[in-house]
Amino acid sequence: MEYILLPTVLLGIMLAITGLIIVADRALGSGGVKKIIINGSKEIEVTSDETLLTILSQNKIFLSSACGGKATCGLCKCQVTEGGGEVKPTELPLLSALDKENKVRLTCQVKPTAITKITIPEGLLTAKEFKTKLVKMVDLTYDIKLLDFKLIKPNTMPFKPGQFAQIKVPGIDIVRAYSIASNASDPSHIEMIVRYVPKGLASTYVFKALNVGDTVTLTGPYGKFFLQEQSKRDIVCIAGGSGKAPIRSILARLKEQGMTRKVRYFFGAKAVRDLYYTQEMQQLAKEYPNFEYIPALSNPLPEDKWTGATGLITDVLDRMTGNLTEAEAYLCGSPGMIDACIKVLNKHDIKQANVFYDKFA
Amino acid sequence: MVSITVLFEIFIASLLPFNIALASILGMCPLIAISTNVTNAKGMGLAVVLVTTLTAAINWPIYEFLKWSGTDTLDLLVFMITIAASVQFLELAMQKFLPSLYTAFGIYLPLITVNCIVLAVSLFFVNYDYGFLETVVFALGSSLGWAFAIVLLSGIREKLSVIADLPRGLKGKAIAFVLLGILALAFIGFSGIARVDPIQ
Repeated sequence: MEYILLPTVLLGIMLAITGLIIVADRALGSGGVKKIIINGSKEIEVTSDETLLTILSQNKIFLSSACGGKATCGLCKCQVTEGGGEVKPTELPLLSALDKENKVRLTCQVKPTAITKITIPEGLLTAKEFKTKLVKMVDLTYDIKLLDFKLIKPNTMPFKPGQFAQIKVPGIDIVRAYSIASNASDPSHIEMIVRYVPKGLASTYVFKALNVGDTVTLTGPYGKFFLQEQSKRDIVCIAGGSGKAPIRSILARLKEQGMTRKVRYFFGAKAVRDLYYTQEMQQLAKEYPNFEYIPALSNPLPEDKWTGATGLITDVLDRMTGNLTEAEAYLCGSPGMIDACIKVLNKHDIKQANVFYDKFA
Repeated sequence: MVSITVLFEIFIASLLPFNIALASILGMCPLIAISTNVTNAKGMGLAVVLVTTLTAAINWPIYEFLKWSGTDTLDLLVFMITIAASVQFLELAMQKFLPSLYTAFGIYLPLITVNCIVLAVSLFFVNYDYGFLETVVFALGSSLGWAFAIVLLSGIREKLSVIADLPRGLKGKAIAFVLLGILALAFIGFSGIARVDPIQ
């Protein structure tokens, strides 16, 4: 008798409690309808318990996010004027004093309440989702690949050279930002340069799972980092690692314009095996005397037989540049590299307003 | 009907001489981990008081049902389920009706699901054969006692971290254990003033 009674009672209690919790969740849970009001005009109604970033992307509004909601990149900032709750400790390191004053939050950390009012740049409402097909994949180095996407629907993505787009990793619904490396004059193709990051979700997807012919969802274009096409100033480009992508797009546009501005392009890498597009750049330098390509290696291996510039990119930059008062600088690479390079540029009297950069971690 | 004096004695006994942290040495993980500053200790203490009292009050009638159906051997299993469920429920209710308190509790509330004093209090009332009122008073006393202990410990640790020049090997958790030992010794001084099973 006891053998039946004990499990029955236990099971009964478990079922009863589970039932109670489900009922309570329905009755009390935040399951009610929540309203998100964007820029005082557009309204979104949601019932889910997701973060603001996820809700916005479900509604085809794509804030940029490089870390995919882990509160480490600080890109998904937006002004939450009402209903965002307290600022979470995870957000604090990425919010400046000005951000806090303006009620700027990381949308990946905000769970909206009944009525949430947010303000986002109108430009972000123009970023769209694109269905694309991967038509080409080329190994540039041992850990860097070039991806060529053909846009299917919509079939063009007009962008400015230097901007970036995001790849959506299927299945886990995270997005990662990659600069567009292709020529902006051909908006039906988007090329990206992806470096393999061990344990990186998007780059692992690109390196291990993605095949030519696959359908990929991209969103974009994003970013305030792009070529100032009206300007006639001389240009200093500095890139490291996979930071060649936006510079390549910028150079393509400059080449179309006949390379009328003087361009010096510094590229920092560790050894020869990290260099790519060397011939393309050297060819460009041969064709246009206004263009100079300066790859710098910090740790050339003995077998590289390297004769070019050696040392940290900052040292090479410092050595080889003169006065920069009338110049424009475009930087793309890791935050550490960019900060260090900006210091060097300041030493050469560059004007702050003429420094443009794209930091990626 | 139990008299007020009995209830009072149980309350004092569970708060001081039978302090669940310093006499029964229960709930050690959060006691050590969250006692680095007083603010956090207060938050954790308050959450423990709330959850322990509530779950003991819920578990008592359930235990009566188990006794009635002759399945009281299941008490441990059933208590664990009700504790997990009631914490979940409490969280939902607070999020809905007291959102400010909910944010103030932050991560402490879900953490308590795995705090052993919550389960211990429910198992103790079985041992002491308490009625409903005695159970609630005992639970309140025990949890307040635990909150008292963590606030005391965190106060000392906070001061120590500022003024004391501790040897490297004693820093952090090591000195917390030493302090706990001294506190427990001090609490022996309370023994004899009350019993958790008063002679009626």
